[in-house]
Amino acid sequence: MLNVIWLGLIVIGVITAIFTGNVQAVSDAAFNFANTAVEICIGLIGTMTLWLGIMAIAEKSGLVKILGKALSPVMKRLFTDIPEDHPAMGAMVMNISANMLGLGNAATPLGLKAMQELDSLNEHKGIATDSMVMFMALNDACVALIPATIIGLRVAAGSTNPTEVIGPILVSTLVSATSAIILTKLFAKRKKYRVENFIDKDKAHIENV
Amino acid sequence: MFQSIMSNISLYAIPVLLIGIPLYGYIKKVRVYEVFVEGAKDGFNTAVRIIPYLVAMLAAIGIFRASGAMDFVVKIFTPVTNLIGMPAEILPMGIMRSLSGGGAQGMMVELFETYGADSLIGRMASVAMGSTETTMYVIAVYFGSVKISQTRHAISVGLLVDLISLISAVIITNLVF
Repeated sequence: MLNVIWLGLIVIGVITAIFTGNVQAVSDAAFNFANTAVEICIGLIGTMTLWLGIMAIAEKSGLVKILGKALSPVMKRLFTDIPEDHPAMGAMVMNISANMLGLGNAATPLGLKAMQELDSLNEHKGIATDSMVMFMALNDACVALIPATIIGLRVAAGSTNPTEVIGPILVSTLVSATSAIILTKLFAKRKKYRVENFIDKDKAHIENV
Repeated sequence: MFQSIMSNISLYAIPVLLIGIPLYGYIKKVRVYEVFVEGAKDGFNTAVRIIPYLVAMLAAIGIFRASGAMDFVVKIFTPVTNLIGMPAEILPMGIMRSLSGGGAQGMMVELFETYGADSLIGRMASVAMGSTETTMYVIAVYFGSVKISQTRHAISVGLLVDLISLISAVIITNLVF
């Protein structure tokens, strides 16, 4: 799926560019976006290091475990293959809370920490587990209680009531979160997406290389 | 009221964590400084590990955006969007939302400028923008950080959720305003 989409974006882009005369713009964009990607990652180093340090203290002191346990009635239903007292639970709770508060700086490092914890339970490295996909889906359908950026942009555009969209956004984001959970659970059971299928692909790939 | 409470929580959340966690650790007899440094040392590697995944994703999206292919995609889907009461002007932003957060935000601002932030289109764009994250970015960063390239159902779920949230944003906006 990722292969098809990735290739599709490039092929459609380049072919369209030839017809629309945007060839130069396309080459520029490829390099500019590559640079942006690196800048994003470099920019992440500082906050990532800070939060991983703070998280190490939270983990060592037992705080992460307490947090995971407090929300375990919900979490264990969503993440069925993670033991209740595993640090992954606490890290995921912290990431989701940071997202809800709109703390982007904290949310990403905490989310990546959670991914590392989830990967420590992964029997087939390189292949996503059910819990990882669920966690990704929840992040994608992020429930931000106050969409600060959007409100800011509405103010800048001269809106007379910039905050009127908060209610509708909450309802809509709740719809996306619910559908994310249901779809992830349904799709995980489909034959096409079983882990076994990907193990073979992985092996074939390694042999080819 | 709700908004001022929430923005205060957002304002104080990080300072509270920054003082609360080390303080709690100290009380629990954790050697806070050593543990911090030990844990923090993975920060660099984690950030750097994402680079190839994010470069691959953003370069492809950059090519697609700059080529003008979006106009063709919009033409194909316009008959469908008319059915659910979505103005055609929203669609490019709706699709871009899955690929590039910055790109979609730029398109939203453009819609604000052209139609006004308080127009139906402006409101619909705001609601659509607020109800999901950038799927392809989240996938590249989160799975890249643990070197996963076999993402299984992640993309299907992510893009379907984007579609559902776009439709729900349209319906909700039409109902409320």
